[in-house]
Amino acid sequence: MDRNQMQLKIACLRKSFFDEGFLDEQFIQLEDLQDDVNPNFVEEIVGSFYGDSVRLLRNLELSLEKRPFDFCKLENYMHLFKSSSSSIGAIKVKRECTRFQDYCKAGNAEGCISSYQQVKQEHAILRRKLETYFKLARQAA
Amino acid sequence: MGLATESKFHVLAVDDSIIDRKLIERLLKTSSFQVTAVDSGSKALEFLGLHEDDEQISPNKAFTSPINQQEMAVNLIITDYCMPGMTGYDLLKKIKESSFRDIPVVIMSSENVPSRINRCLEEGAEEFFLKPVRLSDVHKLKPHMLKRKNKDGEKLESETDEEQALESLEVIQSLQQEAVAPQIQAIGNSNKRKALELDEVLSQDHRTRPRCSGLTVI
Repeated sequence: MDRNQMQLKIACLRKSFFDEGFLDEQFIQLEDLQDDVNPNFVEEIVGSFYGDSVRLLRNLELSLEKRPFDFCKLENYMHLFKSSSSSIGAIKVKRECTRFQDYCKAGNAEGCISSYQQVKQEHAILRRKLETYFKLARQAA
Repeated sequence: MGLATESKFHVLAVDDSIIDRKLIERLLKTSSFQVTAVDSGSKALEFLGLHEDDEQISPNKAFTSPINQQEMAVNLIITDYCMPGMTGYDLLKKIKESSFRDIPVVIMSSENVPSRINRCLEEGAEEFFLKPVRLSDVHKLKPHMLKRKNKDGEKLESETDEEQALESLEVIQSLQQEAVAPQIQAIGNSNKRKALELDEVLSQDHRTRPRCSGLTVI
């Protein structure tokens, strides 16, 4: 694949993130913060997000194993995860986080469990997409 | 290091989220500010040389002594609201009760809760930013830092209670409308502009002023 084709592929992939609702305008804000001095800022901050989310998700899972549920604690853990998701523009993940928080507020244990699975799933889907994207971008550079 | 010839404004950023700390740091550095980022309110107080319960001990006690004290002087504090232990609001209160009360404080939050916003503004916060914070928000910081820097012993525009309530009202209104027009966003952020706006507004009773009209558009 020549360079032009590669760049076209990357551009299409990037566009799909927005068209399919995975990312929102916040991601563009991050891209705007990239410059010659910090050319990899987006990849770095996304990397930090995924690194940090391992810990956050672990906390959530441990709390979800306890009975009875501490809904307040669960909601607080999710608050941090949701805030981070929002900061990188991960709008689908954020939406699932909100759903989880709503279940917490309602004291709905089953809802919490199922929506947590959704959060995890969306988180993993986006991770794969972004990893592919950054890998291609690095190859094209 | 030596004396800083181009004295950059120094912002102390406080956020328990590593991602948000990275983001705010990048936003501030892009705007040519010097940044110190800490992960809690108590670390912020430590950096300033304040103990949580006691009076000021000595500046920057927990950190390496600066060669030039002025280089480490904090010109603005920007803090997340929701943090474990000491919230941004608690930190704001402690700052305002300390010898550092003149340092402008800005609160960030991922939640748009008018009562929370109002409480922070009443306690003396200069601005309340909804997360995720953007460059356009960071651009609003300089006027607050300039205002304090130009103080020079002069008592600069001590805001009356009425003016402060008006500020709170305007900020809440602009935040409550999610899709705000740029004009509305622009209000209330430059005190110089505000002085002119407020002259006209204060001649009316702002409490009976209709919610969305009457806001001065730049």
